[in-house]
Amino acid sequence: MSLPTTAPFAITVDVGTSLNNHTGTWRTERPVYLDRLPPCNNACPAGENIQAWLALAEEGDYEGAWHEIMKNNPLPGIMGRACYHPCENACNRKDIDSAVSIHAVERFLDDESRKQGWVPRVPSDLSGKHILVIGSGPSGLSAAYHLRRLGHAVTIYEAGPVAGGMMRFGIPSYRLPRDVVEANIKRIEDMGVEFVLNKKVEDIAAEKEAGGFDAVFLAIGAHLANRAYIPSTDASKILDAVGVLHDMETAEDKPMLGRRVVVYGGGNTAVDVARTAKRMGAEEAIIVYRRNRDQMPAHDFEMDEALEEGVIVNWLTTIKEVGDGGKIMVEKMELDDNGKPQPTGEMDELEADTVVMALGQNVDTEFVGRLEGVEIKDKTIQVDNQFMTGHPGVFAGGDMVPSERTVTVAVGHGKHAARAIHAWLQADSYIKPEKPEIADFDKLNPWYYTDAPETVQEMLDVERRKSTFGEVVEGLDETNALYEARRCLSCGNCFECDNCYGVCPDNAVIKLGPGKRFEFDYDFCKGCGICAAECPCGAIEMVPEEI
Amino acid sequence: MNKPSQRTAADMAPEQKVKFYQKGTFTVGNRLVDADSRNVQSSMDRSNAITSGHRACQGCGEALGARYALDTAMRVTGGKMMAANATGCLEVFTTPYPETSWQMPWMHSLFGNAPAVASGMQAAMKAKGKTDTRIIAQGGDGGTVDIGFGCLSGMFERNDDVLYICYDNEAYMNTGVQRSGATPGGARTATTMPTDADHPGNVFGTGKNLPRIAMAHNIPYVATASVAYLQDLEAKVEKAMSFKGARYIHVYVPCPLGWGCASNATISLARLVVETGMFPLFEAEHGAVTSTRPIRQRVPIEQYLKPQRRFAHLFKSPQGQEAIEKLQAMCDRNIKDYDLLRETEETPA
Repeated sequence: MSLPTTAPFAITVDVGTSLNNHTGTWRTERPVYLDRLPPCNNACPAGENIQAWLALAEEGDYEGAWHEIMKNNPLPGIMGRACYHPCENACNRKDIDSAVSIHAVERFLDDESRKQGWVPRVPSDLSGKHILVIGSGPSGLSAAYHLRRLGHAVTIYEAGPVAGGMMRFGIPSYRLPRDVVEANIKRIEDMGVEFVLNKKVEDIAAEKEAGGFDAVFLAIGAHLANRAYIPSTDASKILDAVGVLHDMETAEDKPMLGRRVVVYGGGNTAVDVARTAKRMGAEEAIIVYRRNRDQMPAHDFEMDEALEEGVIVNWLTTIKEVGDGGKIMVEKMELDDNGKPQPTGEMDELEADTVVMALGQNVDTEFVGRLEGVEIKDKTIQVDNQFMTGHPGVFAGGDMVPSERTVTVAVGHGKHAARAIHAWLQADSYIKPEKPEIADFDKLNPWYYTDAPETVQEMLDVERRKSTFGEVVEGLDETNALYEARRCLSCGNCFECDNCYGVCPDNAVIKLGPGKRFEFDYDFCKGCGICAAECPCGAIEMVPEEI
Repeated sequence: MNKPSQRTAADMAPEQKVKFYQKGTFTVGNRLVDADSRNVQSSMDRSNAITSGHRACQGCGEALGARYALDTAMRVTGGKMMAANATGCLEVFTTPYPETSWQMPWMHSLFGNAPAVASGMQAAMKAKGKTDTRIIAQGGDGGTVDIGFGCLSGMFERNDDVLYICYDNEAYMNTGVQRSGATPGGARTATTMPTDADHPGNVFGTGKNLPRIAMAHNIPYVATASVAYLQDLEAKVEKAMSFKGARYIHVYVPCPLGWGCASNATISLARLVVETGMFPLFEAEHGAVTSTRPIRQRVPIEQYLKPQRRFAHLFKSPQGQEAIEKLQAMCDRNIKDYDLLRETEETPA
């Protein structure tokens, strides 16, 4: 018997593709892309998106990086030098080798911006509102800048002859060169912010009325020196730190501190004055501080630099009396079980031409207190979460409100207050967006980062530091800055390394192209989780499926 | 043909000096280097030789290793290639009748004859004058080191122009995790159950080190690779395709099902096996080792063993502890023999 020739030899079906087999149904967990909050951003008091601008810088887009900084912080040149960089203390890279030198890259970007003449983006349409900012320190400048960026007209009243506040009168020029301060301020002026110098405000309500301002932001800082009662037969030898640093900046005759200078206090200002005294020619600059180094509020690196320059510190010592001819009675202290210094009765004598008190600063609350509704507590102005005082339409920020008194915190206050004022003008209030989950080190896969230790910023020779006000810490050149930016781990934010796209055994990650990141193809993703495990920066999360 | 070469995998795919690439040097892609220097797996137009919908288990290392190797070969040959496949997981999970995941000409015959089939395909191409079509044969460790070994040795000995790739997951996984000639000492499989103190998993034999056996045939090129070192793997496939004659690449591919590890541990185990020294990555030409990849972050063998249930019993008895020490001794031996701890300026990924 023969088979008909038209019939197939065997039963066959056409070749099909495995794409008909949707393996996504196997999944019990699905990978999801997310942006976690990098610890640096979380730590930045000015709310900079550091990871974002480092990402732009690492591709060589310095202008883009600078604009990204300027979204949050109008003073990168100052921040890159004077900020105590909490971002770097939080940086995950310190668990691999050392933190990314964020401040150095920021400083480089500001240098570039001034070289290239980049200008901040300003809206051309004005809102018709006019805001008065009183004080031109970091918080006042930041508020003015952000209000201007939000479309408002802004006028700054500054009591002094120059703008800058504590950036000029608090931070010595060897840490913050004045041309940098001036250039950063000039940029805000060029945006159309009006500066009125030598204008001391006595009556806030009257000024607001007279100028037709819609709102006021107070940023007068804290520049009254704290006093401690010390018996003294020769008061002329006792100066206060704020006054010394202020006179260094403005006075025709710089303060005469003499050969032997004793500074009383343990904060950054005390260190600043001691280092300034050295530069003014003092042979001895002695800091007298009643606790030990561990308890000292001054920053470690600043103390280190001061010691390198020959500043001497008498730990656990208090000044009892300032006598004739600069003889100073000091008493040794010891720490009790609670870590509090207690007098021992053991006395010693020091000689000094000048004693400088650096015991903290207070707010000149007097004229603010006259304003109806304003509450003053612990010598600071009380504000609500909108940075508004008890007087409607009058806001305050910076050192004069309860806070950690740093330049960066002040810039953050200015930004937040500007947004709150903007909202208030529309009968609304500003609500800070919620923070996403933080990208801790344990969210990262550090294998993928090569070892690359931090670039060391060169420092001025110690001998020159003792005699001149030249900037102590030098900047990075482009090569170093690029290297440094590329050390960023991009914690919590996809940097398009293609790992997920590469390691998926099921080709279930779709690459969307440069700048567009990736998408999961849930038709085929089996939920194995390799993508999440191998994501270097922790930008993928496994979420249980609803079954 | 067969002329000695001083090149290493690293200079086939020139790795740019790290200085500026702190980030992305070890990742699949690196947007900071020239497009030409990037890995095949990072490109949007990679061929995906095995497409989605295949039935490999979650986190399958073999599916990954095969795509890595074949996409690279596809790139190098401009798509002019075919593959013969031994029986095994790779064959089964890609071709449940009538579906196929293969996006390239592909042929399966028997468990033990893939090398011979590949030799035949190569002869056929030659007869048809299509000498620019390259042939790849592939199989798992069972099909390669045990069942297909005779055919493979013959293919080597004849120096047929075939690249044979073994995806080694250290047991017969497709049939239910039975021991193969590539199963490591101490490992639990369905046929080497740790029943009592005298039987702590697979026996420690003298081992069947197929890369060394391949080298003993004096074939032009032999290399080992791991799915955790993509750049290295791609460079080795590219290098292999630059030779004519018989070539052999042994790719280490973890199997979450057979090893009893998490499905997301595939890459990390493939990394740990190298960083412990257990599985040295090297290249050899004409019987002599020409390059080795130094260990970047050395780890003790326990770190590799602990995430795998096939070794869990070793941590519960003195005999098991002895087995761990033996495994560590093997790592130490490899480190010495291949000089894996030498100082290097930088390590290619």
